[in-house]
Amino acid sequence: MELETPEAGQKFETDVIIVGAGPVGLFAVFELGLLDMKAHLVDILDRPGGQCTELYPEKPIYDIPAWPVITGQDLTNRLLEQITPFAPTFHLGQMAEQLEKLEDGRWRLTTDRGTVLEAPVVVIAAGGGSFVPKRPVLTNLEAYEGRSVFYAVQRMDQFRDKTVLIAGGGDSALDWALNLSPIARRVVLVHRRDDFRAAPDSVAKMRALVDAGEMDLHIGALKELRGADGQLSSVLFQAKGEDPLEISCDAMLAFYGLTMKLGPVADWGLNVDQNLIPVDTEKFETSTPRIFAIGDINWYPGKLKLILSGFHEAALMAQQAFRYVYPDKRLRFQYTTSSSDLQEKLGVADGS
Amino acid sequence: MIIYVTDRDGTEHELEAVEGWRVMEIIREHGLPVKAECGGCCLCATCHVYVDPAWVDRLPPMRDEENVQLDEAVGLEDNSRLSCQLIMSEELDGLRVTLAPGTEV
Repeated sequence: MELETPEAGQKFETDVIIVGAGPVGLFAVFELGLLDMKAHLVDILDRPGGQCTELYPEKPIYDIPAWPVITGQDLTNRLLEQITPFAPTFHLGQMAEQLEKLEDGRWRLTTDRGTVLEAPVVVIAAGGGSFVPKRPVLTNLEAYEGRSVFYAVQRMDQFRDKTVLIAGGGDSALDWALNLSPIARRVVLVHRRDDFRAAPDSVAKMRALVDAGEMDLHIGALKELRGADGQLSSVLFQAKGEDPLEISCDAMLAFYGLTMKLGPVADWGLNVDQNLIPVDTEKFETSTPRIFAIGDINWYPGKLKLILSGFHEAALMAQQAFRYVYPDKRLRFQYTTSSSDLQEKLGVADGS
Repeated sequence: MIIYVTDRDGTEHELEAVEGWRVMEIIREHGLPVKAECGGCCLCATCHVYVDPAWVDRLPPMRDEENVQLDEAVGLEDNSRLSCQLIMSEELDGLRVTLAPGTEV
C-alpha cells in the first residue's frame, strides 16, 4: 500500500484523529471507514505497525483470530491492505504533542513537527505510549543530552571533523558508525561484547575499518561522562578486568534501542491511572467526551492487553464516534457480507 | 517457593513464586512495577534485574537470545539478567533480584 504521508507542518481537518498507528489504530481506520468517517493517524515511528513492527516484526503471533500464525510485520501489512479503501492519511515520525479543545467543540492536535489536525473525535490508540530512545545510566547525562550526547542524527554535518563515540551493537550503531566515518575526525565504537547483532555486511565493513586503523573499537562498558557545560571532552570506559580508560571525544551517540513512554498524552487533562486511560466498556470513551482510548493504553475491569481486544474496542468506539461526527444521521448497523453499501465503500461492489 | 525482589525505590518484597512461571511474571502478578513491554518475548530488556551475587552461579546459564537482548539493557552489570528468561523452579527457591534502571513503568 502506498501510504499517504503529507509533509509535516501543514493543517488538516478530518473526522477522526487517531494517535498511534499500531494494529489497533490501523483497524480503527477500517471500522470508522465503514461508517463513512475519514481518519488521520499520527505516530512517532517512521512506519506504521507500532510495537508489531518495532519490537517484534519477525516474531510469530498465534492468537489473531483466523491466523494460526502471523508475524508482526505481516499482520501490519494485512491491516494496511485491509484499510486501503479508506485512504487514511499518515503523519509519521511525529509525536502527538498538544491537544486543545476548540470553541466549536472539536479538538485540535498539534505534533512536535508543527502538523495541526482538527476533528470532532480523537482516538488514542497509543499502546504503551511513544517509542523513545533508551537512555544510558550515566551520572549527569541530562546536562549533555541534546548538546553533545544524542540518540539520533539529525544532520550529519554536525559531526564533521569531530571525534564521535558511538555506543551500541545493533544496526543503528553500526550504520551511523559507517556513515559518519568519512566525515568525522574519528569514530570510536563502544559495545559490551565483541559480537554484533547488526547486519553482517555492516559488521564486516566496520571490522575492515577497524583493521585498517580508520575506526576504533572498544569492548566494555561506559562508566562516566566528562566535560563541562554540556560539552563532552571524554568518556571513561572500562573493559572487563582492566583499568579504566579515558577516551577523548566531542560527542556521543547512544543506540540502546527504544522504549515506550506515555509522553505528552499524560498532559491532555484525561484521567490517567498508572499510565493507562480508564474507559467505559460500551464505547471505550474516556472521561472526556469525544476522546476515546482503545488497545493497550486503556483500562477497564477485565482488560486484557491483546490485539484482538483492541480490534473489538475499535468497532464499538466507531459506533459512538459516528454520533459525534454525524449528529443528525441515523446509524444503520450492516454486515460487510450483505450490504451493497458497505461493499461499495470497500471497492468490492460487484461481489468481486 | 518464594523470591525476594527489591524494587526501584530500594524496598525488598517477599513474593510467593509459582513453579514454571517467569520471574518477570511473578513480579508483575504481585503488582510491583516492571515495564516488561514485550511481554516476555526476550525482545525489549525492560524486565532487567540484578541478581544477588550469591545467586549468580546458581542460575541456569543465559541463552544467546538473552545475551543479545542485554545489548539493549541500560545500567548493565556482570550480574544482569532478564527476568523473563528466568523460569521459576525448586532450585530458584529463595532467589534474590533487584529491578534495574529502565524497568520503571
